[in-house]
Amino acid sequence: MLVIKDLHAKIDDKEILRGINLEVKPGEVHAIMGPNGSGKSTLSSVLAGNDKFEVNEGSVTFNDKDLLDLAPEDRAREGVFLSFQYPVEIPGVSMVNFMRTAVNEHRKYRNETPYSASEFLKLMREKKSLVEIDSNLTNRSVNEGFSGGEKKKNEIFQMAMLEPKLAILDETDSGLDIDALRVVANGVNKLKSPDRATIVITHYQRLLDHIVPDFVHVLYKGRIVKSAGKELAHELEEKGYDWIKKEFED
Amino acid sequence: MNKTCRIVNLQDEYSQIYKDNLPFLKAGAPNKMNALRDDAFELFNVKGIPSNKVEEYKYTNLQPFFKGTFDIAFSSESAIQNNDHSFTCGVPNLDTHNVFLINGWFSSQDATDKLPEGVVVGSIREKAADYPEVFEKYYGEQSNDGDAMAAMNTAFAQDGAFIYVPKGVVVDKPIQLVNIMIGEQDRLVFQRNLIVIEENAQAKIMLCDHTMSAQKFVINSLSEVFAATNSVLDLYNIQNQHNLTTQVASVYVNQKKHSNVLTNNLTLHSGITRNNIRVTLDDEYCESHVYGLYLNDKNQHVDNYSFIDHAQPHCESFELFKGVMDDSSSAAFTGRVMVRPDAQKTNAYQSNNNLLLTDNAKINSKPQLEIYADDVKCSHGATVGQLDEEAMFYLRSRGIDENESRILLMYAFAYEVIEKIRVEALKENIRSLVEKRFRGEYDKCDSCVICGQQGVSASCL
Ligand SMILES: Nc1ncnc2c1ncn2[C@@H]1O[C@H](COP(=O)(O)OP(=O)(O)OP(=O)(O)O)[C@@H](O)[C@H]1O
Ligand SMILES: [Mg+2]
Repeated sequence: MLVIKDLHAKIDDKEILRGINLEVKPGEVHAIMGPNGSGKSTLSSVLAGNDKFEVNEGSVTFNDKDLLDLAPEDRAREGVFLSFQYPVEIPGVSMVNFMRTAVNEHRKYRNETPYSASEFLKLMREKKSLVEIDSNLTNRSVNEGFSGGEKKKNEIFQMAMLEPKLAILDETDSGLDIDALRVVANGVNKLKSPDRATIVITHYQRLLDHIVPDFVHVLYKGRIVKSAGKELAHELEEKGYDWIKKEFED
Repeated sequence: MNKTCRIVNLQDEYSQIYKDNLPFLKAGAPNKMNALRDDAFELFNVKGIPSNKVEEYKYTNLQPFFKGTFDIAFSSESAIQNNDHSFTCGVPNLDTHNVFLINGWFSSQDATDKLPEGVVVGSIREKAADYPEVFEKYYGEQSNDGDAMAAMNTAFAQDGAFIYVPKGVVVDKPIQLVNIMIGEQDRLVFQRNLIVIEENAQAKIMLCDHTMSAQKFVINSLSEVFAATNSVLDLYNIQNQHNLTTQVASVYVNQKKHSNVLTNNLTLHSGITRNNIRVTLDDEYCESHVYGLYLNDKNQHVDNYSFIDHAQPHCESFELFKGVMDDSSSAAFTGRVMVRPDAQKTNAYQSNNNLLLTDNAKINSKPQLEIYADDVKCSHGATVGQLDEEAMFYLRSRGIDENESRILLMYAFAYEVIEKIRVEALKENIRSLVEKRFRGEYDKCDSCVICGQQGVSASCL
């Protein structure tokens, strides 16, 4: 599904991704962990198409298409979804208008007829209850004045609306209370199917108790320096990153 | 009387036009209108059409736009000519009392028996005769502030609208002044409106400007507004003209105790626009909302010059102007706020925010606070920015294409001003008009943005 080969990316001549290799197959859950500043968000931004970062080497294919060649909106329409670590507030753009536009753009791309107002509202109601998001939030402007946790829930709500093939969750768990964590995990697991995949970026084991990864990778200084099964997450939680840094530096 | 006037050197010809046509200017006009002409002309003649060397006009040199060969109508017949076919106009889902003015002259209106008793709407030159005490008391009392363009209007204007709402009367139905510019030659147009809202009275007035033929129109319009104690007035100035239009639109508002006035200058499309907005808070506990939205593209230019005069204590003013500039368009904003020594406990808030979509678009924003009282709260802020890159990326990452994302964000920027509209159906309408404007679906010069009435296409330069 997703094949990343020797991916290098930089910003202002500072190389942040320094040769990432990763393959994600349909149905799989991958966890990416790693110390602050190691490049996890950069990787997800590059995959989503943020042109702030310049890819200077390597390739990414998504279902055999050259992902790096696509505009951000086309990546989304192909089924890539990024749950942002820091979702941006957009005063004046209503959640409803935003989501209706997004959903219908996806439908157009697939040659489906756009939803009518009532069809759309029905879908919206359904997904709102799935992620237990407060109606007040969806009546407001996008993320405006949302608490940290509300913003994260809103990301999952959008994911549920758009039903992506590949969801990249960048620290969606941070700032969530225990109930919200369960809701987020539920949202992700409901979407789980043999033809969809998830990349979970996190610092904590607790989300991985709910969304059980098939693989755990450690990103350090712009490279994946270690990959293993789910037990690696436990090990990291226990021992931290020092041993990996050391191993890597040796 | 229609006269074709060639203007090359401005004052030379304007003073000749005034002298040659004085009998026509005075014929049938109310006494006070005529009594003020000579002095106003003198002032205009001394000051001249403002160039950008005049401090108040430094961002808009009007001189080149007032040169050319224009028809000027010196009588109702010549202004209206063969355009006496009835116009229809209206805002969808909004029942308005429509008044039609052609080239500055009153033409027709809806049946007035639907208006509450005592409310007077009509031609200023006719109604002045019927209500001399109102006319004498208010006409020209605010417009004599030394501004050259106001003086020019006082010297040359012969007609316009008269609106009078007596004590305690609430007019639910908005009154819409449909200002139509039409002609076979380029035209210079003057229009003079007088609006008096008495104690405890309420009204909502919309000025809706149309250009209906492809000629060049140069317009000098002036509205004097008096809002008495406890009155509530909304004044929406919706400017939708083709690119060959130059308009100087002045609004003078005088407010008395506990009055609440909202003005909103919505410049959706025009050529060169200069709005002079002067609000005098002439008594205690007045509340004034002064808003504006300007959307420019191509070579359009909009200059909003506002002057809020806090002359008395305990008044509040809220000022918000927002603009979106595309292509090589330009705009200017001046926010002059005067807090006089007596005006303690003044609250005055001002902001001007601008979105520049290209490197060639320009804005000059100038707050100008003169505060002579010590117990006051005043704030002002001006911003100039581009579309937020982060927000763009967020929208696009959800599958919304670049163009659509831009439109969403431009609309989001403008929305704060649109939300200030206190007439729900008008607000709805302006919302969709603004969205269409951003989509480029008004290209643009063809029809009235309000009612979609067809005009003749002018070149959209
Ligand atoms: N816009 C930018 N300009 C300059 N440097 C940047 C920019 N964005 C990211 N970086 C740098 O790139 C590096 C990787 O940042 P990134 O956000 O990808 O880390 P991360 O692994 O997601 O960290 P965290 O766990 O704290 O979220 C950091 O050193 C960061 O300072
Ligand atoms: Mg990060």
